[in-house]
Amino acid sequence: MEYEAVIGLEVHVQIKAESKIFTRCRAGFGYEPNTLVDPVIIGLPGALPVMNKRALDGIIKAGMALNCAIPDQCKWDRKNYFYPDSPNNYQITQYDQPICEGGYVEIELEGESRNVMGEHKKIKLTRIHLENDVGKLNHFSDDSLVDYNRAGTSLMEIVSEPDMHSGEDAFAFLTAIRQTMIYCGVSDCDMEKGQMRADANISVRPVGQKELGTKIELKNLNSITGVKNGINYEIKRQTNELRRGNVITQATWRWDADAGRTEHMRDKEDAHDYRYFPDPDLMPVKIDDEWRNRIRSEIPELPFDKQRRFMEEYELPYTITSVLVPDKKMSDYFESAAKQNPQQAQTIGNYVVNDLQRELYESGVSLDECKMTPDLLLTLVNTVDKGIITKQIAKAVFTEMYKSGETAEQVIERKGLKPDFDEDQVIAWCKEAIAENPKPVEDFKSGNEKAINALKGQVMKKSRGKANPQAVDGLLRELLS
Amino acid sequence: MSQELYYKTASELSELLEKGEVSSVELTQSVIDRTKSVDDRVRAFNSFDEADALFQAEASDKRRSENGALGPLDGIPVGIKDVLAVDGQPLTCSSKILENFVSPYDATCIQKLKQQGAVLWGRLNMDEFAMGSSTENSAMGLTSNPWNLDCVPGGSSGGSAAAVAAGETILALGSDTGGSIRQPASYCGIVGLKPTYGRVSRYGLAAFASSLDQVGPMGRSVADVAILLQGIAGHDERDSTSYDSETRSYLESMNSLEGKKWKLGLPKEYFANVSDPSAMEPIEKAVEFYKNLGCEIQEVSLPHTEYAVATYYIIATAEASSNLARYDGIRYTHRAEKFDDKDSVDIYCQSRAEGFGEEVKRRVILGTYVLSSGYYDAYYLKAQKTRTLIRQDFLNAFEEVDALLTPTSPGPAFKKGTKSDDPLEMYLSDIFTISANLAGIPGLSLPCGYSDGMPIGLQILGKPFKEEELLAIAQEFEDAHDYKNQHPNL
Repeated sequence: MEYEAVIGLEVHVQIKAESKIFTRCRAGFGYEPNTLVDPVIIGLPGALPVMNKRALDGIIKAGMALNCAIPDQCKWDRKNYFYPDSPNNYQITQYDQPICEGGYVEIELEGESRNVMGEHKKIKLTRIHLENDVGKLNHFSDDSLVDYNRAGTSLMEIVSEPDMHSGEDAFAFLTAIRQTMIYCGVSDCDMEKGQMRADANISVRPVGQKELGTKIELKNLNSITGVKNGINYEIKRQTNELRRGNVITQATWRWDADAGRTEHMRDKEDAHDYRYFPDPDLMPVKIDDEWRNRIRSEIPELPFDKQRRFMEEYELPYTITSVLVPDKKMSDYFESAAKQNPQQAQTIGNYVVNDLQRELYESGVSLDECKMTPDLLLTLVNTVDKGIITKQIAKAVFTEMYKSGETAEQVIERKGLKPDFDEDQVIAWCKEAIAENPKPVEDFKSGNEKAINALKGQVMKKSRGKANPQAVDGLLRELLS
Repeated sequence: MSQELYYKTASELSELLEKGEVSSVELTQSVIDRTKSVDDRVRAFNSFDEADALFQAEASDKRRSENGALGPLDGIPVGIKDVLAVDGQPLTCSSKILENFVSPYDATCIQKLKQQGAVLWGRLNMDEFAMGSSTENSAMGLTSNPWNLDCVPGGSSGGSAAAVAAGETILALGSDTGGSIRQPASYCGIVGLKPTYGRVSRYGLAAFASSLDQVGPMGRSVADVAILLQGIAGHDERDSTSYDSETRSYLESMNSLEGKKWKLGLPKEYFANVSDPSAMEPIEKAVEFYKNLGCEIQEVSLPHTEYAVATYYIIATAEASSNLARYDGIRYTHRAEKFDDKDSVDIYCQSRAEGFGEEVKRRVILGTYVLSSGYYDAYYLKAQKTRTLIRQDFLNAFEEVDALLTPTSPGPAFKKGTKSDDPLEMYLSDIFTISANLAGIPGLSLPCGYSDGMPIGLQILGKPFKEEELLAIAQEFEDAHDYKNQHPNL
């Protein structure tokens, strides 16, 4: 019998914000433990949460970017459980009236090769809600200490429908969420830093069966690759169990990335009863059109839309867009140059994803700080386009410009890279090449187009790379006709 | 002077201070001396700091002589129920679990009192976490009723009521979740007001049941209660449930209503519930008084009254079970010395088992139960619906009348120990007060007579945010009687 897996994800994303959700207390990373706290964060007797309206902007933006509806009202509930990282021993969350409802995430599966765009799918969302994050426990040999700096910061939980079927789906889902969040400036979604955490609900059923199989909740998926591997392992494990005629019982398992396998954590009977009830300290939140419109106007063009537009408007190949688009700043850089010279967009794209990325990487400089502005890059593209220098020379010019911040002309001038020969000299080299290489000449004449490249190569060699290959091509064809 | 300073009202004292006939230091010293002479018997205070009080009094006198007073509360001692956070002072909630806790911040109402120059005076005993009706559920000791030391002062603000009645303070703050200001006020023969929910900020009030809790004033006269309410009322951005409105002078608006012919309702369900006929006599006389004054008296019905106690004990305990979860033995609370550190929950179990008293445990367990999955709809959700009906009962009644007159409690203060083994019997002593908390409306208790020498309170319930009407109605009665000048023999 064939089996198929059904997967739903619950993704927690930390929202970047200056302050915490239910107090004005500052939020941030890397501070001395327990310095970003106040009576509300520590849960002192008498302290009350008060919603920080601005803290909702981020999640509304995220929800809109993920195609959710933003209802007119959402409310706050308490989720009760005891744990030392939770100062009140309840978490403020949204049980039955979340701030974002429905929605979907557009994902791209891996293509046949890196050069080919993969299949696009829409993964439906159930909801996104906001809750306050807990503190952080640090375990030592004799005791455990808790740092409440993170407590009370905004955390959103994105809940998908059981709409995925493989680790690869989940991988693409998380990648798409991550890119969208980065584009919107809502979160950096760095899983290693705990800014994005995912749990998966996985069940397996015979193909054709409508009812879902018994689900296993899989935890401890600490990286996007971990999510893929953990889910694929768990699908195999459950499928094997079913093949052997065993029954899956509802439970929570954890992924052990080092061992490369999943292991049982706890059964369903041990699950918490969270005793949700409406938080009597907080009023429901009303969201009106004015608020929605303000946020909507702040949402940038989203990654897949940008990619489609770059491919259409600038005729960029998929390979360039797939490197360019995940980096919003790089895309903006590209576009600011490409807009001014659309005919050369592909050349510009190549410079950005190859030369610029390489130089930035090697120098450790960020795009914002680098001297090679889009306008400067255009001076280089134009000199090549006009045939002043060749593409080969341009590589060296690029590196020089990147270092000095000079225009292409200035670098060419300073370094003496401008060809110091006239057309007659090039014609002479072409004639020499034809005389010295009878075989390619014969091949070309008998219809082998590619044979001209050998002749071109010879001429370029004679000119030490300074001749304009297009001009050489033209001259050779003229002489051979 | 005809009367000891400690038994004068805040209104009188404020005038004497202004005229320079009395200093705040003299007044505060008088209150301190009185406390030292009677509190071994009354035991209203969990703790007090004499030097700190005198320091505040000195500052007040200096301020008055240099720049003038900050208002009618400047230099007046105000006792604080041990449930409100005062920066640098113990905050025990009369619980072992907070026995060593010192608050690092001020409640909003405390901050306001400080800004108006009040002399914050001591920490007043209460039922643990405000859960009780007799102050017998205190881990800090038993408070006695100044009128009869064998009787309870009521609760949960028993320390506040007893201290005001015994002259151990001029004014006091209490908190009222189901009658915890009004019932002890009636038992101790003083005036107590539970404001409309949202009138006073709850920030810094250790929560029992967030949707029912209100801080309120207690004093020996209606005017005093108006002055203290004025001092603590108003919107607070640190409490989302606080009401956003302009503050006004309750004393002035109360006086402007003098002589109005009120339409007063008698809820028939309340009068059917009185078990002690002798306790009813003063109430009936009070009703007669208003009738003679030209007020229109009519019977009204609050048909859902019989569900109030059940509704209250579901909502209050549900919220409490969650609110009290923070007292866990991890951060600032009592931590058990012995617990199994292999078992991650044992530190909670042992610390809370040692730190909480019986009644608190009972309510936490009850509240946990009613919120449990499978029971939520049957209990909590239903209670919320009933609560809406109870509120609607009152709003309907207020279509016909301005305010309601009821007994504050079914009887006078009872003997210590007589109800402490029977929680249900104890819960019923709040039967006339809890509906006001469920409905969110204001309620005031006013001394209106005695039964066997023990004070009886008349409860006046009013429209939301119409505290000045309750005060004006109460003022009429007080003006015509002498209860505010009658004090227990101690």
